[in-house]
Amino acid sequence: MATSEIATYESETKPDWCPGCGDFGVLAGLKRAAGILDIDPKDILVVSGIGCSSNLPGFFNSYGFHGLHGRAIPVASGAKLANSDLNVVVTGGDGDGYGIGLGHFIHVMRRNLDITYIVMDNGVYGLTTGQVAPTAEKGFKTKSSPEGVIEMPINPIALALVSGATFVSRAFSGDPIHMADVIASAIKHPGFSLVDVFSPCVTYNKINTYEFYRPRISKLDQTGHDTHSMEAAIKRSYEWGQKIPIGIFYQTERPTYEAEDAVLKNGPLIKQKPVARDPEILLREFM
Amino acid sequence: MPTENEVIVRVGGAAGEGGASTGESIAKLFSRHGLHTITYTSYQSAIRGGHNWIQIRGSPEKVYSQGDGLDLLLVLSSETADIHYSKISPGGVILYNNEKIKNGENLVRQDVKQLGIPATEMGRKYGNLPIQNTILVGALTHLLGMKLDTLVSVIETIFGKKKSDIFKFNVEAAQEGYNYSQQNFQPLGKRMNYTFTPKLLMTGNNALALGAVTAGCKFYSAYPMTPASTILHWMAAHSTKYSVLVKQGEDELAVVNMAIGAAHAGARAMCATSGGGFALMSEAIGQAGMTETPVVIVESQRSGPATGLPTKTEQGDLLQMLGAGQSDYPKIILAPRTVEECFYTANEAFNLADKYQCPVIIASDLYLSEHFETVDSLNLDSVPIDRGLLFDGNGDGRDYKRYQFTESGISPRAIPGQPDHMFVAPTDEHDENGVSISDVLCGIPKYVEIRARMMEKRMKKMEIAMQDMKAPSLEGAKDAELTLVGWGSTQGPIKDAVLALEQEGILVNSAQFKYLWPFPAEKCEQVLSQCKKLLLVEGNYSGQFGLLLAALTGIRIKEKLLKYDGEPIYPSEIVTKVKQVIGHI
Repeated sequence: MATSEIATYESETKPDWCPGCGDFGVLAGLKRAAGILDIDPKDILVVSGIGCSSNLPGFFNSYGFHGLHGRAIPVASGAKLANSDLNVVVTGGDGDGYGIGLGHFIHVMRRNLDITYIVMDNGVYGLTTGQVAPTAEKGFKTKSSPEGVIEMPINPIALALVSGATFVSRAFSGDPIHMADVIASAIKHPGFSLVDVFSPCVTYNKINTYEFYRPRISKLDQTGHDTHSMEAAIKRSYEWGQKIPIGIFYQTERPTYEAEDAVLKNGPLIKQKPVARDPEILLREFM
Repeated sequence: MPTENEVIVRVGGAAGEGGASTGESIAKLFSRHGLHTITYTSYQSAIRGGHNWIQIRGSPEKVYSQGDGLDLLLVLSSETADIHYSKISPGGVILYNNEKIKNGENLVRQDVKQLGIPATEMGRKYGNLPIQNTILVGALTHLLGMKLDTLVSVIETIFGKKKSDIFKFNVEAAQEGYNYSQQNFQPLGKRMNYTFTPKLLMTGNNALALGAVTAGCKFYSAYPMTPASTILHWMAAHSTKYSVLVKQGEDELAVVNMAIGAAHAGARAMCATSGGGFALMSEAIGQAGMTETPVVIVESQRSGPATGLPTKTEQGDLLQMLGAGQSDYPKIILAPRTVEECFYTANEAFNLADKYQCPVIIASDLYLSEHFETVDSLNLDSVPIDRGLLFDGNGDGRDYKRYQFTESGISPRAIPGQPDHMFVAPTDEHDENGVSISDVLCGIPKYVEIRARMMEKRMKKMEIAMQDMKAPSLEGAKDAELTLVGWGSTQGPIKDAVLALEQEGILVNSAQFKYLWPFPAEKCEQVLSQCKKLLLVEGNYSGQFGLLLAALTGIRIKEKLLKYDGEPIYPSEIVTKVKQVIGHI
């Protein structure tokens, strides 16, 4: 891929993440994926919530909405329903999506809106200077859990599988080329797609580092995984320890919400004309 | 007590007995006789059982509220008599099914006519059909000197196709009730002049939804919550007909954020809720202010706090609406005062939202949202759609600044998908380009200045918007002894009270506020400074509008009629209070 293509998505604003932050890799991966798919920046809307990773829309050249903590998914849903021609990508962290915004995460999956959700999953709250996050492993010590976390972590892959997501995947910031392919497949997928990315926080998570992931990750497509099998996907989603799978866990086709909504059969909402102001039509039922 | 040229009917029964639909058919019967009609429904948070009632007032003259007094009590269940019998005005009637009140026992008032009908017996041949209500309405039609044909037309509207058995049986039952009444009872003898020119009959929520659709609303999201839910029901039922995408969200957080997302993408978007849901929406309403996204939010208030009385009315959320979301940001609050005004306000709200690129809150309440009222006519064309300052899309966009500093504070808005005008709408403080300054720029002198200027830019819009915020004019006698001050839905009872007092030779007038924020303090001060004495009328405990008025104009209203028992304000309560304040009793 030519560098000029990546430059298309280059923002004038440079990222202000900590040097070495995993989110740089995700930004690079997203640019590369957009380049692979050759999408015009004007046709992309990147929506985010709040957190270090949610600053991403500002560093990517497209339309963007940098919303409230935990509420990126409903903003993106509304935008997609209003203009189904847009490529809507949501970016954020695990606290934003699996913590405060968890309810929206589950509902958007059962709706199967054609949205791609990239979660930069680092197991810790970075922007608020290091508190425990929903994907932190049991026992993880932070400022807010000095004795170690008592709760079990959320398993976003398994949760997505049972919530009706039609594309469930995982990537690793340390491998942006693989990630770009996964993100490109996710954007291309007609329906809701999750890309959970191991995106190490170099400042506040000294456990789940690049060095932690590198020897452990194994690519699903190299291990004969059947991406159309829910059973296999569930099984692989629980793999943790010496081998941690990345790649596409599951992909299936189901009509998108947009395809099934009767009103959208007449085209994107924003292209539909206001109702004619005809009293015969509008007032009859009140007589 | 009802006057000679009006009629007030009350229908009572347990939930599930069809009281509401019986009441609505009577309201339609009235409006199709050409009467000005207003209803009030008192219901409970139960699907079956309990006791619900609906009051229907009709008159050839314009009426403004549910009114006082009771001409005819229509009994659907035995407890209805226990609860409402004493409320019947002298000379009135109680109309009931003989089986529900055996031989009229305990009906001992000499000044009330007891009219029993063997409705169960008469309805037996229709099997299990709940047809007694129709028999009673048939009888009522005769008692009020109304036309059976008109009732048949109402039955057709309710039960649909003429061929269906259910339609046929109901028509027969109505006829039998009418005949029975004709043979056994004397009509009420009201001096009613029926024109048979049908009037539009709708609720405030109907009018709001219709107004939104007329304004080009394309996206409507909601989470069920009384008393806003009927907007959701109407929108969903009309979704394909009027091309409005209706989305029930998982919670109010999703609902308001979806509406904001849809609005950001260029669709006119609205959502509605009551106080509890509005509390959840608050942060996102601030988000709409910060990102300068036009969106309309309806807050139909009910009795609070917390779950409160979900089926009862109140005006207790004004302070919540004024204070929604943290810090200062541009927002507009409008409180329509009548069902008719709900229609125009919805149109106006969308235009104001687009013009000032900010959230607009429509403050309704259960009383306004749910009661039926006749509307003489609606001018569908009176508010043309104005999408405000949109970027025209010309040029290469290199100089485009979404949040450009302008004299008015309003910056041209580009819509995602438009070539070469990409920007990020941030909830973080930002510069003219929409670049967030919160992370690594704030605190640096240049950005300290930008922060201050950006606040001023946004709030400047409210200074300009002040031109669109009107003070109410004084309604009624110029040289009135006293002025009633209210806002939103209390207009009807206040107007009726002013008329009733006038009959007694007491001259009062009223100032009813609709434009609540930004509050047009100077204009309001001018209006109220002409008044001799003020009486505040509000449906809440603390006199919230009074607090706003005092804070921004220095006008402190000492005399107050504040109601917070869940029931709407009745004209008679205002009349009594006025007399007390001006020393007539």
